[in-house]
Amino acid sequence: MKEPYVELSPEVSEEVRQTTCYMCACRCGIDVHMKDGKVAYIEGNRSHPVNKGVLCAKGSAGVMQVNSPSRLRSPLRRVGERGRGEFEEISWEEALSEVTDRLLKIRREAPERLAFFTGRDQSQSFTSYWAQEFGTPNYAAHGGFCSVNMATAGIYTMGGAFWEFGQPDFERTKYLMLFGVAEDHDSNPIKMGLGKMKGRGAKVVGVNPVRTGYNAIADEWIGITPGSDGLFIMSLIYELLRSGKVDTDYLSCYTNAPFLLEGGDGERSGLFLRDGDGKPLVMDRVSGKLVAFDGKGVRPDLRGDGKHETVFGKLVETYLSDCYAPEKVSERCGVPVETICRIASELAHVAFEESIELPIAWTDFRGEHHEVMLGRPVSFHAMRGISAHGNGFQTCRALHILQILLGSVEVPGGFRFKPPYPKPAEIHPKPHSDCHVNCPLDGPHLGFVMGPEDLALKIDGRAARIDKAFTWENPLSSHGLMHMVISNAYAGDPYKIDTLFFYMANMAWNSSMDTGGVMEKLTAKDDEGNYVIPYIVYSDAYASEMVAYADIVLPDTTYLERHDCISLLDRPISEPDGAADAIRGPVVDAGRDVRGFQSVLCDLGHRLGLGGFVTEDGEAKYKDYADYIVHHERKPGIGPLSGYRGEDGSLSGRGGVNEDQLDRYKEGGGFFVSPIEAGSSFYKPWNMSYQDWAVGMGFYEKPSPYVFQLYVEPLRKFQLAAEGYGEIQPPDHLRDSLKSRMTPFPEWYESTDEDDDYPLHALTQRPMAMYHSWGSQNAWLRQIHGMNPLYVPLRVWREHGFEEGDWAKVTSRHGEITVPVALHRGLNGHTVWTWNAIGKRRGAWGLGEGSPESTKGFLLNHLIDDLLPLKDGERVSNSDPVTGQAAWFDLKVRLEKVSPRKSSEPVFEELKSPVGVGPKVVSFKVGR
Amino acid sequence: MTLLPEKVDKKLGLVIDLDTCVGCHACVVACKGWNTENYGSALSDKDAYGGDPVGTFLNRVHSYEVEPPLGASQTVHFPKSCLHCEDAPCVTVCPTGASYKREEDGIVLVNEDACIGCGLCAWACPYGARELDGVSGVMKKCTLCVDRIYNENLAEEDRVPACVRTCPAGARHFGDLGDEESDVSKLVRERGGMDLMPEMGTKPVNKYLPLRSRDEGLGVPALEEVASEPTGFMRWLDKVLEKV
Repeated sequence: MKEPYVELSPEVSEEVRQTTCYMCACRCGIDVHMKDGKVAYIEGNRSHPVNKGVLCAKGSAGVMQVNSPSRLRSPLRRVGERGRGEFEEISWEEALSEVTDRLLKIRREAPERLAFFTGRDQSQSFTSYWAQEFGTPNYAAHGGFCSVNMATAGIYTMGGAFWEFGQPDFERTKYLMLFGVAEDHDSNPIKMGLGKMKGRGAKVVGVNPVRTGYNAIADEWIGITPGSDGLFIMSLIYELLRSGKVDTDYLSCYTNAPFLLEGGDGERSGLFLRDGDGKPLVMDRVSGKLVAFDGKGVRPDLRGDGKHETVFGKLVETYLSDCYAPEKVSERCGVPVETICRIASELAHVAFEESIELPIAWTDFRGEHHEVMLGRPVSFHAMRGISAHGNGFQTCRALHILQILLGSVEVPGGFRFKPPYPKPAEIHPKPHSDCHVNCPLDGPHLGFVMGPEDLALKIDGRAARIDKAFTWENPLSSHGLMHMVISNAYAGDPYKIDTLFFYMANMAWNSSMDTGGVMEKLTAKDDEGNYVIPYIVYSDAYASEMVAYADIVLPDTTYLERHDCISLLDRPISEPDGAADAIRGPVVDAGRDVRGFQSVLCDLGHRLGLGGFVTEDGEAKYKDYADYIVHHERKPGIGPLSGYRGEDGSLSGRGGVNEDQLDRYKEGGGFFVSPIEAGSSFYKPWNMSYQDWAVGMGFYEKPSPYVFQLYVEPLRKFQLAAEGYGEIQPPDHLRDSLKSRMTPFPEWYESTDEDDDYPLHALTQRPMAMYHSWGSQNAWLRQIHGMNPLYVPLRVWREHGFEEGDWAKVTSRHGEITVPVALHRGLNGHTVWTWNAIGKRRGAWGLGEGSPESTKGFLLNHLIDDLLPLKDGERVSNSDPVTGQAAWFDLKVRLEKVSPRKSSEPVFEELKSPVGVGPKVVSFKVGR
Repeated sequence: MTLLPEKVDKKLGLVIDLDTCVGCHACVVACKGWNTENYGSALSDKDAYGGDPVGTFLNRVHSYEVEPPLGASQTVHFPKSCLHCEDAPCVTVCPTGASYKREEDGIVLVNEDACIGCGLCAWACPYGARELDGVSGVMKKCTLCVDRIYNENLAEEDRVPACVRTCPAGARHFGDLGDEESDVSKLVRERGGMDLMPEMGTKPVNKYLPLRSRDEGLGVPALEEVASEPTGFMRWLDKVLEKV
């Protein structure tokens, strides 16, 4: 039989444009295949440091994002009541004039009346700069409701955290433990890493109440009960200490374990013993004297001087306490005693009996030369599952202490930092909030406090910021508390504001706790019929739920239609072996009356006459964001992009402006890597050749070696304040909480009240094929996750007599929802869960009548209160008391079987779509 | 009734590692993207933004829970596409000759010009690996990216199916399963690769690598107390330092 002709070598595309994905936050490199000037096909960029050619479902579905019917088309002005979605299209000039007039008045009268918060912004170094030039103290992005516990705990403890700051040494590690990692950050690199580990038979342990995704392929699954990860980790620490399986050399050389603590009572009790220059002292084994910890040739002694307790002594005393014995924690953790003991033995075995050595010589900061790099091939990664609890900060800290005791940070086979990290907390900026009319703010908004003197408090002790970040309620809130902005603005607590200005944050839906309450606050009116929150400006590319609550909508482009930079000044995409940054370039014209939000800020900056955005003659300093990316210098020679600097583009890191920089990036595939030499690639905080390289790159001005902080002294300073020492004093109602939560070693505490009425923990997990609310407008992705049942473990399923197709009423102390249920056996017996942000409000996202996202999708957010129950009459946010991280996963519920519903409840009024509904049928080939 | 070739020169196919597949659907969407733009008619989506979206996919991932006799329930992610069977019932059942198996590499294709959309092949396939496109009315199925694997416009390393190129975990492998010495054949031997539903007698070319054992310890010695009588930090530390 003659076979039909098949075209085996069709032309793939007319042109490939290389840019950076934005279908989630991982920022993979993509090859966008173009036909007829349109996007035909997207695949991974093989040369790119993040994804090395692979691409996830979201990334490949970018074709449908740039064709999404939900894309906004024009600036909008509200014509109906807020929250209905009734708008008129207006010109950019009208929109920007209106916003400019409003903001000029605010800046002239009280700059703090502008609250500018930017959601899942990938240009935070730019948006924060704009806010700083405007002069409002009220700026942050979404870190507070994401994973600030992870970032803050990591930076205070070891000068870097997971994901953007560092990653497991996937090439060499023999044992990886994943804690609370849903199928998200960082998406492709973790999958690639797990694939590599599987390929060589290394062991992966998944600690998560839910066995899906990475936890499904883990060689061992530990279905822990939510909120108890810290207890489990401390029990592992107990086991390692009990058996002496800790890396004493590493602890002595590279951590504050040998630091001496001031004893007794008094204002210095528990602080480091320091010399006249303020340097912490250690007992030197060589000279037998007390010397500064970092002196040349010093060999710190963990035993101390016999008079003062060392940090290590205190650590051993703390964690060898019976309360952390496996028998004591097993029940709360839902992990058998034998499993805890066995995991500890496996960690110890791999770290110490299977250690590895790389034949690479290096010199440490005390001048000691090492012939080899010793590695402890156990590694860890963690994400929101452990951080989104009211005890998340201390849990994340505990995990880092475990890593450090095993000597497995910044060593071969362990956890590795990615430049510009490592970088200790003390060389980060401190928060700034001093605000005056017509003036820029006195410095960057966000930072790392080192003691009560760094809090963002007004002279009278009230919060300087609308989100109450850096106050006694959450002193170390390094990413702000975006989730409290609407609630506080509505309550006028700590003060009233005029304008809420949000960028790509779906606060009227999945990005808020108490979603229904937030909608009410956004639409509430005072006695005179005026909105309590007077004015709302929102920028988004798509018709999200939040659009309906804006007075003015500034339509953003999609990620394939604009310039962006993924900057080392911001959230970098570096790899352990090199510093990397990247750009986005427009691969298609928007063809709608929309503008990239960052370009709009450049324009607004000019209209408002903000210092950083106008020339000396008052002209616009940057014609758009691309212009800013190339020409802005944060410090002389340091700009948003590190590659192709200097007039001829030959410099990297530091160097003058290069007019051709963006073209050079585009020619180079959209990214730039400055590789690290082998001799600098491990032991980075202490490795002088790395330190010199980092200075050359402009990460800091002088070599900044430091040691890991097992004991975090700034936390002790807050405790001392709570004990009554010092001039800056907390309010009385927070003293006990500060004493018990700001412990300089992590101690575990229950972050939810035991309440028999609500016996089940309720969680969300992010599906791999969706990124928060964005995926549902994508015709391909919504066929993968179009609805979300509440998954129920077998025990609870039987107890309630559930059957397939059943529905349940889910009640928390805050509210109730009615939703479809499904059985999931691979689930902690005290936990129910669902996929994150699949549920949509009717009328949003260009979706039509009866969309399953609205009828069988739902949010758990309705059950989560943004404030904790009143205690001593005080209004305190449902957040980690140390950092202000939103405690999403402290939710407790009960179930009740109910008759099936037509639609999940609550049902909200349908929004009027500003873009109509998407087409019935999608079937096209580009260019035919 | 359509005849299968008497012999094929190669048995190109996929080896899918169920132990490594994280169920991320990357392969599903890369496949949808490539095959919408390439071989035959576009893969359409009806009611794309409405209440009952139904699109054509050549590859889908299903997730199942498996309960072992002892221990916790396990989740298996199971990607499924045409297995390019040696005895492909979808070919022999085709009334027009549209469904056929290529002699040179064993790939099973649908000649869309000859397809009348009768659906017999989908009915005959025991794996449910074919989907009738709701718009074009022709039968769609995995082509093993026949227009990629020989495509001279692609770099050599990219001449693999779109699903294989994109798979982040490296759970998908492509090659000649008729060649005993190929990497995929070796992988199948080493890992005990299996046929899907061998009892159907279709002799699938694609193979699945089974899950490795789960939830077992490494078998290392238990930890021992460093000092049997706890007598304070100094004594403990001396013992620890002695051991180092």
